[in-house]
Amino acid sequence: MSKRIKLQVARYRPEQESESVFEEYEVPCPSDWVVLDGLNHVKDQLDGTLSYRWSCRMGICGSCGMTVNGEPKLTCATFLDDYAPGPVRVEPLRNFPVIRDLVVDLGDFMQKLVRVKPWIVRSVEKPLAAGEYLQTPEEMDEYKQFSMCINCMLCYAACPIYGLDPKFIGPAAIALAQRYNLDSRDEGAAERLEILSEHEGIWGCTFVGECTKVCPKNVNPAGAIQRYKLNAALESVKSFFLPRGA
Amino acid sequence: MAHIAEHYTEYHPRWLRPHISTYWWLRKRSYFAFILREISSLFVAWSVVYVLLIVYAVGRGPTVYQELLEWSRQPWVIVVNVISLLLVGFHAVTWFNLAPQALVVRLGHTHVPGAVISASNYAAWVVVSAIVAWIIVGG
Repeated sequence: MSKRIKLQVARYRPEQESESVFEEYEVPCPSDWVVLDGLNHVKDQLDGTLSYRWSCRMGICGSCGMTVNGEPKLTCATFLDDYAPGPVRVEPLRNFPVIRDLVVDLGDFMQKLVRVKPWIVRSVEKPLAAGEYLQTPEEMDEYKQFSMCINCMLCYAACPIYGLDPKFIGPAAIALAQRYNLDSRDEGAAERLEILSEHEGIWGCTFVGECTKVCPKNVNPAGAIQRYKLNAALESVKSFFLPRGA
Repeated sequence: MAHIAEHYTEYHPRWLRPHISTYWWLRKRSYFAFILREISSLFVAWSVVYVLLIVYAVGRGPTVYQELLEWSRQPWVIVVNVISLLLVGFHAVTWFNLAPQALVVRLGHTHVPGAVISASNYAAWVVVSAIVAWIIVGG
Protein backbone atom coordinates (compact mmCIF):
# COMPACT_ATOMS: atom_id res chain seq x y z
CA MET A 1 0.00 0.00 0.00
CA SER A 2 1.36 3.43 -0.92
CA LYS A 3 2.40 5.85 1.80
CA ARG A 4 -0.27 8.19 3.21
CA ILE A 5 -0.21 11.16 5.57
CA LYS A 6 -2.85 13.01 7.60
CA LEU A 7 -3.57 16.66 6.87
CA GLN A 8 -5.17 18.67 9.66
CA VAL A 9 -6.71 21.57 7.80
CA ALA A 10 -8.12 24.70 9.45
CA ARG A 11 -11.69 25.28 8.33
CA TYR A 12 -13.60 28.50 8.81
CA ARG A 13 -17.04 28.67 7.28
CA PRO A 14 -18.49 31.99 8.44
CA GLU A 15 -22.07 30.86 7.84
CA GLN A 16 -21.71 28.01 10.33
CA GLU A 17 -18.70 28.73 12.60
CA SER A 18 -17.53 31.67 14.66
CA GLU A 19 -14.07 30.16 15.20
CA SER A 20 -11.75 28.11 13.06
CA VAL A 21 -11.92 24.30 13.52
CA PHE A 22 -9.61 21.55 12.27
CA GLU A 23 -10.71 18.77 9.95
CA GLU A 24 -8.53 15.78 9.25
CA TYR A 25 -8.00 14.25 5.82
CA GLU A 26 -5.77 11.36 4.82
CA VAL A 27 -3.95 11.94 1.54
CA PRO A 28 -1.33 10.05 -0.49
CA CYS A 29 2.26 10.99 0.30
CA PRO A 30 4.54 10.18 -2.66
CA SER A 31 7.96 11.77 -2.38
CA ASP A 32 7.20 14.35 -5.08
CA TRP A 33 3.95 15.64 -3.53
CA VAL A 34 3.92 19.06 -1.91
CA VAL A 35 1.37 20.28 0.64
CA LEU A 36 -0.53 21.97 -2.18
CA ASP A 37 -0.90 18.59 -3.94
CA GLY A 38 -2.39 17.25 -0.72
CA LEU A 39 -4.89 20.12 -0.58
CA ASN A 40 -5.77 19.63 -4.25
CA HIS A 41 -6.39 15.95 -3.52
CA VAL A 42 -8.73 16.92 -0.67
CA LYS A 43 -10.56 19.39 -2.90
CA ASP A 44 -10.87 17.01 -5.86
CA GLN A 45 -11.51 13.72 -4.07
CA LEU A 46 -12.62 14.23 -0.48
CA ASP A 47 -14.24 17.60 0.21
CA GLY A 48 -14.99 20.05 -2.59
CA THR A 49 -15.98 22.77 -0.14
CA LEU A 50 -12.38 23.45 0.98
CA SER A 51 -11.26 26.96 -0.02
CA TYR A 52 -7.64 28.04 -0.60
CA ARG A 53 -5.62 30.03 -3.12
CA TRP A 54 -3.10 28.74 -5.59
CA SER A 55 -2.05 29.36 -9.15
CA CYS A 56 1.35 28.62 -10.69
CA ARG A 57 2.52 25.67 -8.55
CA MET A 58 6.15 26.70 -9.02
CA GLY A 59 6.99 29.39 -6.48
CA ILE A 60 6.41 32.32 -8.81
CA CYS A 61 2.90 33.64 -8.21
CA GLY A 62 3.05 33.82 -4.40
CA SER A 63 -0.61 32.76 -4.01
CA CYS A 64 -0.31 29.59 -1.97
CA GLY A 65 1.28 30.92 1.22
CA MET A 66 -0.12 29.17 4.31
CA THR A 67 0.97 28.21 7.80
CA VAL A 68 2.35 24.67 7.76
CA ASN A 69 3.03 23.17 11.18
CA GLY A 70 3.25 26.68 12.62
CA GLU A 71 5.63 28.12 9.99
CA PRO A 72 4.71 30.38 7.06
CA LYS A 73 5.43 28.42 3.87
CA LEU A 74 4.70 28.37 0.17
CA THR A 75 2.67 25.16 0.02
CA CYS A 76 3.86 24.51 -3.55
CA ALA A 77 7.45 24.30 -2.29
CA THR A 78 6.85 22.36 0.92
CA PHE A 79 7.07 18.60 0.54
CA LEU A 80 4.68 16.38 2.45
CA ASP A 81 7.36 13.74 2.83
CA ASP A 82 9.43 16.13 4.96
CA TYR A 83 6.67 15.96 7.59
CA ALA A 84 6.25 12.17 7.56
CA PRO A 85 4.79 10.39 9.43
CA GLY A 86 2.62 13.48 10.08
CA PRO A 87 0.16 14.84 10.80
CA VAL A 88 0.66 18.06 8.85
CA ARG A 89 -1.26 21.01 10.22
CA VAL A 90 -2.29 23.54 7.56
CA GLU A 91 -3.65 26.92 8.64
CA PRO A 92 -4.18 30.28 6.94
CA LEU A 93 -1.35 32.84 7.04
CA ARG A 94 -1.17 34.51 10.43
CA ASN A 95 -1.75 38.24 10.99
CA PHE A 96 -4.39 38.56 8.27
CA PRO A 97 -8.17 38.37 8.55
CA VAL A 98 -9.50 35.01 7.39
CA ILE A 99 -12.25 35.17 4.78
CA ARG A 100 -12.86 31.44 4.54
CA ASP A 101 -10.88 28.28 5.38
CA LEU A 102 -7.31 29.03 4.20
CA VAL A 103 -8.11 32.22 2.30
CA VAL A 104 -6.98 35.48 3.89
CA ASP A 105 -7.64 39.08 2.94
CA LEU A 106 -4.60 40.92 1.57
CA GLY A 107 -6.32 44.28 1.00
CA ASP A 108 -4.31 45.92 3.78
CA PHE A 109 -1.02 45.09 2.06
CA MET A 110 -2.27 46.15 -1.36
CA GLN A 111 -3.15 49.62 -0.06
CA LYS A 112 0.19 49.97 1.73
CA LEU A 113 2.11 48.83 -1.34
CA VAL A 114 0.70 51.63 -3.49
CA ARG A 115 1.68 54.20 -0.86
CA VAL A 116 5.42 53.40 -1.23
CA LYS A 117 5.30 54.01 -5.01
CA PRO A 118 6.78 50.72 -6.24
CA TRP A 119 7.51 51.99 -9.72
CA ILE A 120 10.21 54.10 -11.35
CA VAL A 121 9.66 57.76 -10.54
CA ARG A 122 11.27 60.35 -12.81
CA SER A 123 11.24 64.11 -12.27
CA VAL A 124 11.41 64.62 -16.05
CA GLU A 125 10.70 61.82 -18.51
CA LYS A 126 13.05 61.52 -21.49
CA PRO A 127 11.34 61.77 -24.87
CA LEU A 128 10.88 58.39 -26.55
CA ALA A 129 13.28 59.42 -29.30
CA ALA A 130 16.09 59.70 -26.73
CA GLY A 131 16.00 55.93 -26.28
CA GLU A 132 16.04 53.63 -23.28
CA TYR A 133 17.30 54.36 -19.80
CA LEU A 134 20.48 52.33 -19.91
CA GLN A 135 21.80 50.41 -16.94
CA THR A 136 24.99 48.45 -16.34
CA PRO A 137 24.92 44.91 -14.90
CA GLU A 138 26.53 46.31 -11.71
CA GLU A 139 23.72 48.86 -11.36
CA MET A 140 21.15 46.11 -11.81
CA ASP A 141 22.85 43.96 -9.17
CA GLU A 142 22.24 46.74 -6.64
CA TYR A 143 18.48 46.16 -6.57
CA LYS A 144 18.02 42.72 -8.16
CA GLN A 145 17.74 40.87 -4.84
CA PHE A 146 14.82 43.07 -3.72
CA SER A 147 13.07 42.73 -7.09
CA MET A 148 12.66 38.98 -6.52
CA CYS A 149 9.74 39.56 -4.10
CA ILE A 150 6.60 37.70 -5.20
CA ASN A 151 4.25 39.30 -2.63
CA CYS A 152 3.56 35.95 -1.02
CA MET A 153 3.05 37.59 2.39
CA LEU A 154 5.06 35.00 4.31
CA CYS A 155 7.11 37.87 5.76
CA TYR A 156 3.99 39.61 7.10
CA ALA A 157 2.77 36.34 8.61
CA ALA A 158 6.13 35.87 10.36
CA CYS A 159 6.41 39.45 11.61
CA PRO A 160 5.11 39.81 15.18
CA ILE A 161 5.27 43.61 14.86
CA TYR A 162 2.74 43.56 12.02
CA GLY A 163 0.57 41.18 14.04
CA LEU A 164 0.58 43.50 17.04
CA ASP A 165 0.40 46.76 15.08
CA PRO A 166 -1.37 46.37 11.72
CA LYS A 167 -0.53 50.01 10.91
CA PHE A 168 3.10 48.97 10.31
CA ILE A 169 3.80 49.19 6.58
CA GLY A 170 5.59 45.86 6.78
CA PRO A 171 8.58 44.02 5.31
CA ALA A 172 7.63 43.38 1.67
CA ALA A 173 6.38 46.91 0.98
CA ILE A 174 9.56 48.42 2.43
CA ALA A 175 11.78 45.96 0.54
CA LEU A 176 9.98 46.89 -2.68
CA ALA A 177 10.42 50.60 -1.95
CA GLN A 178 14.11 49.90 -1.48
CA ARG A 179 14.18 47.99 -4.77
CA TYR A 180 13.20 51.20 -6.60
CA ASN A 181 15.40 53.46 -4.45
CA LEU A 182 18.44 51.43 -5.47
CA ASP A 183 17.51 51.50 -9.15
CA SER A 184 19.84 53.87 -11.04
CA ARG A 185 16.91 54.99 -13.25
CA ASP A 186 14.75 56.08 -10.31
CA GLU A 187 14.48 59.56 -8.79
CA GLY A 188 11.73 58.94 -6.25
CA ALA A 189 13.75 58.14 -3.11
CA ALA A 190 12.85 61.42 -1.39
CA GLU A 191 9.11 60.91 -2.02
CA ARG A 192 9.27 57.37 -0.60
CA LEU A 193 11.31 58.47 2.38
CA GLU A 194 8.51 60.85 3.40
CA ILE A 195 6.15 57.88 3.72
CA LEU A 196 8.62 55.39 5.09
CA SER A 197 10.09 57.69 7.73
CA GLU A 198 6.69 57.84 9.45
CA HIS A 199 6.44 55.96 12.73
CA GLU A 200 4.54 53.13 10.99
CA GLY A 201 7.26 52.91 8.35
CA ILE A 202 10.84 51.77 8.87
CA TRP A 203 10.94 52.87 12.51
CA GLY A 204 8.13 50.47 13.36
CA CYS A 205 10.52 47.57 12.65
CA THR A 206 12.38 46.35 15.73
CA PHE A 207 14.46 43.87 13.73
CA VAL A 208 13.06 40.53 14.78
CA GLY A 209 14.52 39.20 11.52
CA GLU A 210 11.90 36.49 10.91
CA CYS A 211 10.80 38.09 7.62
CA THR A 212 14.19 37.30 6.11
CA LYS A 213 14.25 33.76 7.50
CA VAL A 214 10.90 32.77 5.97
CA CYS A 215 11.33 34.52 2.61
CA PRO A 216 11.24 31.84 -0.13
CA LYS A 217 13.06 34.10 -2.61
CA ASN A 218 15.95 35.28 -0.36
CA VAL A 219 14.85 38.89 -0.66
CA ASN A 220 16.07 39.81 2.84
CA PRO A 221 13.45 42.41 3.78
CA ALA A 222 14.99 42.85 7.24
CA GLY A 223 18.23 43.92 5.59
CA ALA A 224 16.35 46.33 3.33
CA ILE A 225 14.67 47.94 6.32
CA GLN A 226 17.91 48.34 8.29
CA ARG A 227 19.67 49.86 5.28
CA TYR A 228 16.72 52.21 4.88
CA LYS A 229 17.02 53.23 8.53
CA LEU A 230 20.68 54.07 8.00
CA ASN A 231 19.83 56.14 4.90
CA ALA A 232 17.00 57.94 6.71
CA ALA A 233 19.27 58.78 9.65
CA LEU A 234 21.97 60.10 7.29
CA GLU A 235 19.38 62.18 5.42
CA SER A 236 18.19 63.67 8.74
CA VAL A 237 21.75 64.59 9.71
CA LYS A 238 22.36 66.08 6.26
CA SER A 239 19.18 68.16 6.36
CA PHE A 240 20.18 69.42 9.84
CA PHE A 241 23.64 70.56 8.79
CA LEU A 242 22.74 71.50 5.22
CA PRO A 243 19.14 72.79 5.49
CA ARG A 244 19.30 74.32 2.00
CA GLY A 245 20.75 71.23 0.41
CA ALA A 246 24.30 70.34 -0.50
CA MET B 1 -2.35 56.37 7.97
CA ALA B 2 -5.93 55.09 8.21
CA HIS B 3 -6.28 51.86 10.13
CA ILE B 4 -7.16 49.91 7.02
CA ALA B 5 -7.57 46.51 8.64
CA GLU B 6 -10.13 47.80 11.16
CA HIS B 7 -11.89 49.74 8.43
CA TYR B 8 -12.26 46.54 6.45
CA THR B 9 -13.59 44.57 9.41
CA GLU B 10 -16.41 47.08 9.81
CA TYR B 11 -17.73 46.04 6.40
CA HIS B 12 -16.84 42.40 6.75
CA PRO B 13 -17.95 41.42 10.24
CA ARG B 14 -17.72 37.74 9.39
CA TRP B 15 -14.02 37.77 8.73
CA LEU B 16 -12.14 35.87 11.37
CA ARG B 17 -9.51 37.83 13.28
CA PRO B 18 -7.53 35.31 15.28
CA HIS B 19 -6.48 36.58 18.68
CA ILE B 20 -2.74 37.09 19.27
CA SER B 21 -1.73 35.56 22.58
CA THR B 22 0.02 37.73 25.15
CA TYR B 23 2.64 34.99 25.21
CA TRP B 24 3.31 35.03 21.44
CA TRP B 25 7.02 35.54 22.17
CA LEU B 26 7.22 32.08 23.74
CA ARG B 27 6.05 30.42 20.51
CA LYS B 28 9.46 30.46 18.81
CA ARG B 29 13.04 30.60 19.99
CA SER B 30 13.78 33.53 17.67
CA TYR B 31 10.84 35.52 19.12
CA PHE B 32 12.11 34.84 22.63
CA ALA B 33 15.65 35.93 21.66
CA PHE B 34 14.17 39.12 20.20
CA ILE B 35 12.28 39.95 23.41
CA LEU B 36 15.40 39.18 25.46
CA ARG B 37 17.40 41.55 23.24
CA GLU B 38 14.79 44.28 23.76
CA ILE B 39 14.79 43.77 27.55
CA SER B 40 18.60 43.75 27.59
CA SER B 41 18.46 47.42 26.52
CA LEU B 42 17.37 48.28 30.08
CA PHE B 43 20.46 46.59 31.46
CA VAL B 44 22.66 48.28 28.85
CA ALA B 45 21.25 51.59 30.13
CA TRP B 46 21.97 50.54 33.73
CA SER B 47 25.58 49.68 32.76
CA VAL B 48 26.04 53.17 31.31
CA VAL B 49 24.62 54.75 34.50
CA TYR B 50 26.92 52.58 36.63
CA VAL B 51 30.02 53.56 34.62
CA LEU B 52 29.03 57.24 34.97
CA LEU B 53 28.68 56.71 38.74
CA ILE B 54 32.21 55.26 38.85
CA VAL B 55 33.63 58.14 36.79
CA TYR B 56 31.84 60.65 39.04
CA ALA B 57 33.14 58.92 42.19
CA VAL B 58 36.72 58.81 40.87
CA GLY B 59 36.50 62.52 40.10
CA ARG B 60 35.34 63.30 43.65
CA GLY B 61 38.31 61.57 45.27
CA PRO B 62 39.24 58.35 47.12
CA THR B 63 36.63 58.68 49.89
CA VAL B 64 33.66 58.94 47.53
CA TYR B 65 35.11 56.15 45.37
CA GLN B 66 35.47 53.93 48.45
CA GLU B 67 31.84 54.69 49.40
CA LEU B 68 30.72 53.60 45.93
CA LEU B 69 32.69 50.36 46.26
CA GLU B 70 31.04 49.71 49.65
CA TRP B 71 27.60 50.36 48.12
CA SER B 72 28.45 48.05 45.23
CA ARG B 73 29.19 45.19 47.64
CA GLN B 74 25.50 44.88 48.52
CA PRO B 75 24.12 41.55 47.27
CA TRP B 76 21.37 43.09 45.16
CA VAL B 77 23.85 45.39 43.37
CA ILE B 78 26.11 42.39 42.66
CA VAL B 79 23.14 40.42 41.29
CA VAL B 80 22.05 43.34 39.07
CA ASN B 81 25.61 43.83 37.81
CA VAL B 82 26.12 40.14 37.04
CA ILE B 83 22.82 40.03 35.11
CA SER B 84 23.84 43.26 33.35
CA LEU B 85 27.20 41.83 32.34
CA LEU B 86 25.54 38.76 30.81
CA LEU B 87 22.85 40.75 29.01
CA VAL B 88 25.25 43.43 27.75
CA GLY B 89 27.32 40.59 26.27
CA PHE B 90 24.18 39.09 24.71
CA HIS B 91 23.15 42.50 23.36
CA ALA B 92 26.60 43.10 21.85
CA VAL B 93 26.73 39.66 20.22
CA THR B 94 23.25 39.98 18.69
CA TRP B 95 24.09 43.51 17.53
CA PHE B 96 27.33 42.44 15.85
CA ASN B 97 25.58 39.52 14.19
CA LEU B 98 22.91 41.85 12.80
CA ALA B 99 25.37 44.51 11.62
CA PRO B 100 25.90 42.95 8.15
CA GLN B 101 22.18 43.31 7.43
CA ALA B 102 22.35 47.10 7.80
CA LEU B 103 25.81 47.72 6.37
CA VAL B 104 26.61 47.14 2.75
CA VAL B 105 30.33 47.71 2.27
CA ARG B 106 31.85 47.75 -1.18
CA LEU B 107 35.49 47.34 -2.08
CA GLY B 108 35.82 48.28 -5.73
CA HIS B 109 33.22 46.20 -7.56
CA THR B 110 32.86 43.51 -4.89
CA HIS B 111 30.65 43.45 -1.81
CA VAL B 112 32.37 42.68 1.47
CA PRO B 113 30.81 39.45 2.84
CA GLY B 114 28.61 39.74 5.94
CA ALA B 115 30.90 37.43 7.91
CA VAL B 116 33.81 39.85 7.41
CA ILE B 117 31.70 42.79 8.66
CA SER B 118 30.68 40.80 11.76
CA ALA B 119 34.26 39.64 12.33
CA SER B 120 35.60 43.20 12.10
CA ASN B 121 33.05 44.27 14.76
CA TYR B 122 34.22 41.47 17.06
CA ALA B 123 37.86 42.36 16.39
CA ALA B 124 37.20 46.01 17.26
CA TRP B 125 35.44 44.84 20.45
CA VAL B 126 38.48 42.77 21.48
CA VAL B 127 40.94 45.59 20.71
CA VAL B 128 38.94 48.24 22.61
CA SER B 129 38.45 45.86 25.57
CA ALA B 130 42.20 45.14 25.63
CA ILE B 131 43.04 48.86 25.61
CA VAL B 132 40.55 49.56 28.44
CA ALA B 133 41.92 46.61 30.43
CA TRP B 134 45.49 47.86 29.90
CA ILE B 135 44.54 51.37 31.08
CA ILE B 136 42.78 50.06 34.22
CA VAL B 137 45.06 47.19 35.20
CA GLY B 138 48.47 47.93 33.77
CA GLY B 139 48.47 51.60 32.85
